[in-house]
Amino acid sequence: MADLEASTPSLGAMGGDVRNEVKKPKKKKVLLMGKSGSGKSSMRSIIFSNYIARDTRRLGATIDIDLSHVKFLGNLTLNLWDCGGQEAFMENYLSQQRVHVFSNVGVLIYVFDIESRDVDRDMATYVSIMSALTQYSPTAKIYVLIHKMDLIMTQVREAVFMDRVKLVRQKTAEFLQGSNFAGGDVDLTPFATSIWDQSLYKAWASIIHDLVPNLSVIESQLASLGVLIEAEELLLFERTSFLVVSSWTSDEGQNNPTTDRQERISNILKHFKQSISRFTGTPRNAEQFTLMEHKAGGRFSIFCLKFTTNTYLMVILPPGEARFNAAKLNCQIARESFKFLDGPISAGGQSSAA
Amino acid sequence: MDSPLRGRDPSLRVGGGGRILLRRHSSLLSPAQLNLERLYVQNRARQQQKDGSKATEPSTPARIQKDSMASFMDFQVWDFPGQIDIFDNPTFDIDAMFGEIGALIWVIDAQDDYLEAVARLNVTILNLQRTYPNIKIEVFIHKVDGLSDDYKLDIQRDITIRIQDELSDHGFENAPVTFHLTSIYNHSIFEAFSKVIQKLIPRLGSLEAMLTNLCRTCRFEKAYLFDVLSKIYIATDNAPADMASYEICSDYIDVIIDITEVYGSWPRSKGYRESLEGAPWNQKLDDQVASNWAESCMVLTDANRPIMLREVDKYLALVAIMKDDSYDKMPLVNMNVEVVVQGLKEFFDITKPK
Repeated sequence: MADLEASTPSLGAMGGDVRNEVKKPKKKKVLLMGKSGSGKSSMRSIIFSNYIARDTRRLGATIDIDLSHVKFLGNLTLNLWDCGGQEAFMENYLSQQRVHVFSNVGVLIYVFDIESRDVDRDMATYVSIMSALTQYSPTAKIYVLIHKMDLIMTQVREAVFMDRVKLVRQKTAEFLQGSNFAGGDVDLTPFATSIWDQSLYKAWASIIHDLVPNLSVIESQLASLGVLIEAEELLLFERTSFLVVSSWTSDEGQNNPTTDRQERISNILKHFKQSISRFTGTPRNAEQFTLMEHKAGGRFSIFCLKFTTNTYLMVILPPGEARFNAAKLNCQIARESFKFLDGPISAGGQSSAA
Repeated sequence: MDSPLRGRDPSLRVGGGGRILLRRHSSLLSPAQLNLERLYVQNRARQQQKDGSKATEPSTPARIQKDSMASFMDFQVWDFPGQIDIFDNPTFDIDAMFGEIGALIWVIDAQDDYLEAVARLNVTILNLQRTYPNIKIEVFIHKVDGLSDDYKLDIQRDITIRIQDELSDHGFENAPVTFHLTSIYNHSIFEAFSKVIQKLIPRLGSLEAMLTNLCRTCRFEKAYLFDVLSKIYIATDNAPADMASYEICSDYIDVIIDITEVYGSWPRSKGYRESLEGAPWNQKLDDQVASNWAESCMVLTDANRPIMLREVDKYLALVAIMKDDSYDKMPLVNMNVEVVVQGLKEFFDITKPK
C-alpha cells in the first residue's frame, strides 16, 4: 500500500515538466520508396492496417503515390507517402514532381528487395532518389530496409544482409563525395526485414521511436513507475499498430536472453488481435481487449492493460499475488500522469496541472 | 517441472527432448498438421491409416511409421503408406496391428478422384468389421479448402452413400464409420482429431459432466479441456461446440505459450529472488504466490467478455469463455475452477491404465 501513495506524487511532479516540452503537433512527411514489388505496401498494411502477412497477397500494385495520414499516439500524425515503385512513376517523381515529393521530408524509408535480379539498377535508382532528397530535404533521416529476408537461408542471412548494407553504404558514400553534399555525412540506418517474422516490427518500432515527441519524458516516467511497482520490464505499445513506443527494463530484466522480445510480443499480441476480431466479428482496427493477465506460478506474472486512449502498457513482474494486484492498481493511477501521450497539447497541460 | 504455460527450469532442460513448439508464422508446425502434410509431400497417397493422434518426424515412404504421443494418456500413431494393401500381404500380422487399436483414420483427398480410395476403404472396413467390430473408422475428407460449401457437402454425401451401400450389401447396418471435412488451412483438422481422440477416452461422459457443471455454476459460455501442445481438446461441456470458440481458445493458449517462452524460460538470479522476499513483503517468494499453476485471463472489449485459462497438469489446460461483464467475479470463478481441476486430476488418476 505504501507504493500506492508514493507513486502518485512523484509522477505528478514529473508531469509538471511535460507542459513545457510538448510541442505543436507536426506533420512529418514519411516517404516509403523502393523498386516495384519490393513489398512497401505490404509492410504498410501490416503495420498500420492490421493485415496479416498472408492477406497482403491481395494487394495490387500501388499506382502513383498512395497518401495516408496515420494517427499515432494522438498528437503525432504520420504523413505517409507510399510511392509506387514502377519505373515510369519513379522517373516522374524525379522530374516533374521532384519538388512536390522531396521537399519537407522528415524520413525516407527505402526498401530493397533482397531477391532482386538487377542489383546495379536498384542502386542506380537509389542514388538518384538520394540526390533528389539531399537537394530538397538535406536533414531527412534515412532508413534502409533490406526486405524479404525470409527467402535467404538462415545460416547465411546475416552475411547476405551485411554484404548488401555494405554495398548501399558504399554507393551512398560515393554519391556524397561526387555531389559535394554540404550536410556532411548522411545518417543511414539499415534493417533486415521480413513480413513473416517479428523483424518488421523491430524496424518500424525503431523508426516510430525516433519520431515520437517528448520521448525522454515518457522514458523517465516509465522508469520511475517500473521501480515503484518492482517490475522487471515495462513495454508501452501504440494502440493500433502495437509497436513498442517506449520501454523500461530493470537491471535483472536485462539478463533475459531473448533480445528480440519486444518485437516478438508486438507480433504475438497483434496476431491475437486478429483472432479476437474473427471471434467477435468486430473490425480489425477496433480495440480488441482491455486487459490481459497471466500468472505463471512461481516464475513470473504479466499483465497488459489499456493504458491511455492511444496506448497499452505491458508489465512483467516477479511472482507474487499482492505485488501483482498492487502493480495493477498503481498502473491505473499512473494513467493520469501519462495523459499527455494522447495530446492535443492542451490536454497534456491540464492533466499535469490537475 | 517443465510446463509450456509457466516456463521451464533451465537446469532441467535435457536436450530439449519432445518439446514441440507451435509458432504462429510457421502455420503448419502443429504435429497433427505435420503428419497430414507429410502425406502429400511424400507418397501422395490417397489413403492413410492411423490410430491415435500424432507424429512428428518425417517418415520414409512405403513403411509403417510408429510414433507415440506422450501426453495425458498414451497414444500411438501408426502411419501407413497408402499404397500398401495390408490384407493382401502375408508379411503383416493383422492381429498384432489391429488387435489393440481404437480408431482408424482414413484420409481421402477431396480434390482428387477418390473412387479408388473409397473402394480400398470399403475393403478395409469389411475386413475389419468381421474381426474387430469395435474399431472406430474415421474418414477425413481432406483438402476441402478451396471447394465451395455445396460441393463439399456433395462430396461428403457421395462418399457416405458409397460406403454405406457397400456395408449394407454385406449385412453391416450400424458400422461405426464417421466422416469429417478437414483442411490444414483452418482449425478443422484439429477439431476432427479432437473428436477422434474423445472417442478413445474412457468415461468421457463424466469428464463432460464435470465441465458442464462448471459452466452452469460459473455461467461460462463454453469450456474446453485442451491438450496444450497438440491443441486437441479432449472434452468440452454440453453446449453446442462451434469452431469460433474453439479457435479463440486454442489461439489464446498459443499466446500464453509464446509469452512464457519469452519471459518464463530464463532463471532469475538468487540475489534478486532474495531481495523480493524482503520488505515490504517479508515473505518467502513461494508463499507470495496464490497458485502454483498457471492462471490467466483476458478481457475482450466486445461485451467485456473474459476468456480464462487454468493449467490442469503438465499436459492439460482448461480454457473457457466467460459470461459478459463477469471479470469482477474472477476470484470466485478461480475457486470453483480449482475444485473442478482437483476433480479432473482424480478422474485421470482413476481412469489411467494400471
